[in-house]
Amino acid sequence: MSRNLTKSLRDWIAETLPMENLLPDSLPTYVDSYVYLFGILTVAALVWLIFTGTILAIFGPDWWHVSAVGHFFNSMHFWSVQAFFFFMVLHLWAQFMMAAWRGGRHWTWIGGWLLFLVSIVAGLTGYLSQNNFDAQWIGVQGKDAINATGVGGFFDLLNFGQMYGLHIFVLPMLIIILLAVHLMLVRMHGVVEPLDDDKGAENDES
Amino acid sequence: MSRKWTNTNSQYPQMPYDLIKEMLVALGIMGVLVLLLAGIFSTPDVPALTAKQVAQQAPQLLLQNALDDLSGQDAISTYGPPYNNTPGASQSLAGISPEQWAGVQIPIKSAQVNVIGPLTKIEPVNPSLKAPLTTWQRATSSQQNAWVQHVESALSKAKIVGNALVLPAQTPGDYGPLPAMLNAYLSLARTGLLEDAIDGGTGPMPVIDRTKSLLLLQDVPDAAYAAKLDMAGNEWGIIKETGNYPGAVWLWFYTLLYQIPPFSTSASADLWVVLTTGGVTVILMLTPFIPGLRSIPRLVGIHKLIWRRYYRDQRKRRGVRA
Repeated sequence: MSRNLTKSLRDWIAETLPMENLLPDSLPTYVDSYVYLFGILTVAALVWLIFTGTILAIFGPDWWHVSAVGHFFNSMHFWSVQAFFFFMVLHLWAQFMMAAWRGGRHWTWIGGWLLFLVSIVAGLTGYLSQNNFDAQWIGVQGKDAINATGVGGFFDLLNFGQMYGLHIFVLPMLIIILLAVHLMLVRMHGVVEPLDDDKGAENDES
Repeated sequence: MSRKWTNTNSQYPQMPYDLIKEMLVALGIMGVLVLLLAGIFSTPDVPALTAKQVAQQAPQLLLQNALDDLSGQDAISTYGPPYNNTPGASQSLAGISPEQWAGVQIPIKSAQVNVIGPLTKIEPVNPSLKAPLTTWQRATSSQQNAWVQHVESALSKAKIVGNALVLPAQTPGDYGPLPAMLNAYLSLARTGLLEDAIDGGTGPMPVIDRTKSLLLLQDVPDAAYAAKLDMAGNEWGIIKETGNYPGAVWLWFYTLLYQIPPFSTSASADLWVVLTTGGVTVILMLTPFIPGLRSIPRLVGIHKLIWRRYYRDQRKRRGVRA
């Protein structure tokens, strides 16, 4: 095999995502609205989620029930979740209103939805990892929908060990991977161009 | 391989931008926001409802729960998969029944798991339980059900005297071995060891799968406690914190479906709601490929607000050219 895989990978990266696109120092002037901040605020909330979640994981699932500091970190984690979803949903609506899937950006759109769906499962497993009445009630009520889909025997909302493991490792890892791909796609394609003014040509297609 | 897309950003007029600075500012803003919200509003932390609590605060409720378990009238005994094979219990929609297809994966026999099993475990420290348990296990199921019915009908008139259940006097034998069994059960629950007896931990390692003991109180006791704590689901849906805290508002569409027909009136509501939500999600994911749907943004026109300065500049430029 004469082909050098390392060089091929380097060439592919340089061709697909040159550094000036990955880390831009200029943007088109049409990127001029507060709606463009929703995405980065979602990422910022995720960073805070991971930071507070890591502290909670280091001290173990019982810590926040018995320590004021732990409880404060739990509160920061909870409000980070609220901010994360708040800005993610705003980001989604804004991208919809800009028809941001245009110009071959359909995978960015689909990937964004996948991120939303995985985040919902991450949120659910978080509620179930609380080891209090919230977790108890959400578990016994939520199990019915999961059981109706036939996966309740495998994805058991009442199995704390399973939910905790998914919540603190598997799902965050999946979110980080999906987010990395999402951001790479955004930087590869650039920011979506404005729709044609008024009665311009139909260009809603991806 | 040629690209199917082109990054045309550089063809537009540019303005300076600092991605890293923007990220750092966003992190700072979010940090302040989260610190403030956590400091001002905190989070609730109501401990889980325990069998000990129910035994102390509503002993008759716990005993009714045990009687339902013994006679198979509890919600889990008639639940269907993944806990058992109750005929007709699986949710299905036009022949689609994933619950039925998946079958029983977490088999639970409520009478054995919740009552007989735990009582058998404490028999060595409470030898007087041996005779009642033997009587119960040797009896036919119709005899067992008759005992349960007698106790059930007398339960509202029963009293708890000195931590013991005192049933109204009846013909001897009518209650069978149940008074002795229920009193031992109540005592076990009061010690706080009932859940451990149900989940069956043996040895020093933690029991991290509490499925069985969580199902013990899942019906009436949990619902009564949830109603007290404003968690019945009318406001935010089920997935929320205790008290007046925001819930999983991002699930509004999913939660809304449970409130409206045909979902709200269907015996297969969960399956209906999950399939509908899943279907709508797939359609939204595939928006880029669906003519009509993908044109909604253009028709709604919010983009004219978002890019208003760009459009204004374009028009100015065209005007200058004209």
